[in-house]
Amino acid sequence: MSKRTAASLPTLRKARTGIEGLDEITGGGLPAGRPTLVCGSAGCGKTMLAMEVLVRGATQFDEPGVFVMFEENAAEITANVRSLGFDLDALVAEKKIALDYVHIERSEIEETGDYDLEGLFIRLGYAIDSIGAKRVVLDTVEALFAGLPNHGVLRAELRRLFRWLKDRGMTAIITGEKGEGSAITRYGLEEYVADCVIVLDQRMHAQISTRRLRILKYRGTAHGMNEYPFLIGTHGFSVLPITSLQLDHKVTTQRVSTGIARLDEMLGGQGVFRGSSVLVSGAPGTGKSSIAAKLVETACRRGERALFFAYEESNAQIIRNMRSIGIDLETWVEKGLLTIHSSRPTLRGLEQHLVMMHDLVRTFDPAVVAVDPISNLTMANEDAEVKPTLMRLFDFLKKDQITAVFTSLTGGGDDEGSQLGVSSLMDTWLLLRNVEFTGEHNRTIFVRKSRGMAHSNQVREFVLSDSGIELVDVYLGDSQVLTGSARIAREAQENAAAILDGQDHQRRLRQLACRRKAIKAQIAALQAEADAEAEEVKFAITQDSLRKRNTHQSTDAMAQQRGGTKRKKQ
Amino acid sequence: MKAAMTAFASARYVLRLYVTGLSPRSMRAISNTRWICDTYLSGRYDLEVVDIAQHPAEAKDKQIVAAPTLIKTLPQPLRRFIGDMSQTERILLGLGLDVQLP
Repeated sequence: MSKRTAASLPTLRKARTGIEGLDEITGGGLPAGRPTLVCGSAGCGKTMLAMEVLVRGATQFDEPGVFVMFEENAAEITANVRSLGFDLDALVAEKKIALDYVHIERSEIEETGDYDLEGLFIRLGYAIDSIGAKRVVLDTVEALFAGLPNHGVLRAELRRLFRWLKDRGMTAIITGEKGEGSAITRYGLEEYVADCVIVLDQRMHAQISTRRLRILKYRGTAHGMNEYPFLIGTHGFSVLPITSLQLDHKVTTQRVSTGIARLDEMLGGQGVFRGSSVLVSGAPGTGKSSIAAKLVETACRRGERALFFAYEESNAQIIRNMRSIGIDLETWVEKGLLTIHSSRPTLRGLEQHLVMMHDLVRTFDPAVVAVDPISNLTMANEDAEVKPTLMRLFDFLKKDQITAVFTSLTGGGDDEGSQLGVSSLMDTWLLLRNVEFTGEHNRTIFVRKSRGMAHSNQVREFVLSDSGIELVDVYLGDSQVLTGSARIAREAQENAAAILDGQDHQRRLRQLACRRKAIKAQIAALQAEADAEAEEVKFAITQDSLRKRNTHQSTDAMAQQRGGTKRKKQ
Repeated sequence: MKAAMTAFASARYVLRLYVTGLSPRSMRAISNTRWICDTYLSGRYDLEVVDIAQHPAEAKDKQIVAAPTLIKTLPQPLRRFIGDMSQTERILLGLGLDVQLP
């Protein structure tokens, strides 16, 4: 055992590929001046990888490259890589890239004795010299096996070729078709190219294909051992490299508003921490997307860039739907502050979605990222795979101080679960619930957890209206929590009671006045009665006295008639 | 068939031999080719010998991979012979020459 440490020895010189992620897992790039074998089955991206290493070498690291193709011609390959944004014609014109199409038509060939592949060497040497190349790609050299009948000669010549490339100090990429069974390549190229072997793999799981990259061997250097998902996107190849969770990201005490005043209030009055992750979980229709959209819109209002990943609705649909609750996303999209990226979750595997998100986040550089919903991404995956993969995403966003909001669909009811096991990775967890009572569904919200801040323990009612999202105090009383119209009814009931109380007093006073009037009337009636009686009595007395006088007169008259004039004389 | 053969028998041959430098194999190929042409195509062939080490662009243009390579451009169809041209019978067959070897 040598006592010298690895660090004190000169390390292997590496040629950077410029490919996101690949340089990280190879510890700095491919072995410089040596050949690397890239193998994999058909359609897994060997040619693209090789071409990108070449183009990036030529454009970013001033290392011109020669691309020798055995299967496609120059026009075809130029067209193929144009989709990655590489303009080979221009690079060829600038003498940064040289293309050579080596083609052997088996039917034209007749072997007439001893030969070698000096023609290939001369062409390669010529191409290298013409542009001062440092990198060489042979794609796919195995095609020669179909063109040349004498494999013995071919193998010997290939061995000489790789040796020759090494001697010339070329950083070479040799692509090879995956062999059957455990064979790395069909014609055993790994026998000759032993410095670095990268295996690309495309596999299907639940009808979704995922591409993965693995460094099978890298002589003389430490390298990542895992399988890394990769994606061939519009910006080329990218490998998702984050494997170890280094929990050393910077934190900030800066807070960002969620855009919902009362929610901010619940979160210690100022909203969430910048760079933290927020999980919004709830059953269908609890308003998860709305909260995410509000957060995004608020970020845009602050002048920050935001990225919205939608896995349920199309861009136009989101814009329309959010407008209905007063969230105007279109303005920000037009201003370039907001990018809505909608795609089907089943379009790719989880890893590839993450690679794509990674890519977009890198290029767009947002301050806020929303994923709606994260639970859709995991539909087709086994649970065991999901958590570490999502961890990579969360970690990546945190590292870049990006505030992230993820919505997650739960089955509804009380089964909040552990949210794919990711809730523990979240800094803030808002739980939305449907409350069904007296024949209607209402939404409630509460802060399940929020790290590093005093947050409210109250349940609030969550109301979506034309004017936006509002949080309303729920009705607390009679030892029950009421929401929605039940709350409104209860409130109305109380209002009515108060109004009634007031009205009662008035009524009593009015009643009293009425009684008073009635009594007065009664008094008047009795008086009238007494008056009437008095009149009666007076009348009777008068009558009586009249009768009496009449009686006297008639007595006098009778007396006269009987001779009693006396009385008349009287 | 007979007519075709006669056509070949009288046609003019355009041949180009690509070699790499003055290696023994190249020299063998040149002398073998010359001998075949002189023997079987006397007076009706154009043979050009190209050293691709000196004209590498030619190698690219003409799709030369193995060396030596002899290309028959005329009469059609195009044929390629790779090797040191020591297998005379194969070459004659490939050239469409129906001759009895001595």
